[in-house]
Amino acid sequence: MSATARIAVAGLAASYGAGAPVLSGVTFAADAGQAVAVLGPNGGGKTTLFRALLGELATVAGTVAIDAATAYVPQTERSRLDFPVSALDVALMGAYARTSWFRRVPAADRALAHAALERVGMIERAHDRFGALSGGQRQRVLIARALVQDAGVLLLDEPFAGVDQISEDAIMGILDDLRAEGRVLLIATHDVDQARGWDRVLCLRGEQIAYGEPSTTLTNAVLEATYGAEIVMLDCGHRAVAIQHHDHAH
Amino acid sequence: MEILHSGLLQRALLEIVVLGGACGALGVWLLHLRHAYAAESLAHAMLPGLVLASLAGVPLLFGAAGGVLVTAALIALAARDTRLGSEIAVGVVVTTTFGLGALLALTPEVPVGLDRLLFGDLLGAGSADLASACGLALFIAVALVAGHRRLAVAVFDPVAAPSLGVRPARVELALLALLGVAVVAAVLSLGNLLVFALLVAPAAAGMRLGRSLRAQLWLAAAIGASAGLAGLVVSSELDVAAGGSVALAAVALFVLAALLRPAAPRGGARRSPMEALGAPR
Repeated sequence: MSATARIAVAGLAASYGAGAPVLSGVTFAADAGQAVAVLGPNGGGKTTLFRALLGELATVAGTVAIDAATAYVPQTERSRLDFPVSALDVALMGAYARTSWFRRVPAADRALAHAALERVGMIERAHDRFGALSGGQRQRVLIARALVQDAGVLLLDEPFAGVDQISEDAIMGILDDLRAEGRVLLIATHDVDQARGWDRVLCLRGEQIAYGEPSTTLTNAVLEATYGAEIVMLDCGHRAVAIQHHDHAH
Repeated sequence: MEILHSGLLQRALLEIVVLGGACGALGVWLLHLRHAYAAESLAHAMLPGLVLASLAGVPLLFGAAGGVLVTAALIALAARDTRLGSEIAVGVVVTTTFGLGALLALTPEVPVGLDRLLFGDLLGAGSADLASACGLALFIAVALVAGHRRLAVAVFDPVAAPSLGVRPARVELALLALLGVAVVAAVLSLGNLLVFALLVAPAAAGMRLGRSLRAQLWLAAAIGASAGLAGLVVSSELDVAAGGSVALAAVALFVLAALLRPAAPRGGARRSPMEALGAPR
């Protein structure tokens, strides 16, 4: 894994098909070892941004420069939980793109998958069915898959949604380790409080509202512009909570 | 047993065992992708192609292939109307083509009877039929092995698939093309109405019994081949229709599997009986 992973986005606008851009004016850069919280309401463009960074969407304007392999870590309930694959099978999927169809996954990649599961604390459950694991355990397996992909940039889609406290702590520890290794993390989240703990925060609502260090960026004005009516201020305006919905269309 | 001595029966046996194996394994993927309805529809909708081939005096295999292609194109065309959606599009196309096929088949000029087109003629398989069925079945098997990892990613995690180097829409299209090949390969032996049984019942049984994906695929192939064998033996011993016997044997094996393992697979989400049979969501 490259220790110099870097991502630079300038004036990005992205659209689905030939339609009008659903996200525009996105400009930010993150250096090796930085974690960026991506905040925004549902439909605000978090998933659209990830898909544009992965090259799945047409970029109508702007540039994206990522000098490392990029992995997408989806919400676990979006995978097919009734599909008969083990945690190890899922981790091995990270090596599929570099394996010819007529070959077995090489021993080196198998060792890599075992090591990745060990790292996220899931080696004991390697042969358990993925769908039988808890939400937090599944999330850790998907992070292991990104490690097998040897990704320098990880795009994590609400990694703490539906995760119990023990798993949340475990995932937080893993993400800290990944940062320490020089990987860049983009973490889509609804949790404004948690976003204050990351290095940078990117606020989206169809366009970029703000980008910068949490202490200076997460002002009430920015949060209100980002969430509109979905924001609730607590503790005399010192703490903001975004109302969560379970609609993940974007 | 007559089956051991008759060349006719031996040919039929080899053909149905090979087709049963290929269709069984293919069916597992179709059911995991919830494409049972597409499988049924494609098989039924090729009837006009078969009838036209029969009228024109060309091998039925060409009619079947043409029927599948035209049906797939019509479904794609009808599904473009977003107000309809793909299920209604399939329903409209299938009803139209099946009705047209029945209309054509009942004209006196058609040399092959409608019953043979609908229910197949397993015992009428000549050497050429056997060779083409085996060739197509082998093609399906090789394609499934070659595409195994892509299929697994496309079914399991379509959202993240592109970042893993897999395009789920393309994989799904390729699987539907393989379905077309399977239907073409099996329709002459089992007929327009019964080929569906070989694609769905063994796969549903294999999915009930197998804990891993590999186990499910091998079990479905074995159950498909066994259904072919058992159906043909019953048909030969009791002197009843071969296609119908094979279809019923396949369903009987599914019922047996469901009795052996009545609950949903460990760790899997519980599904409704219709979903368990591969009905669309």
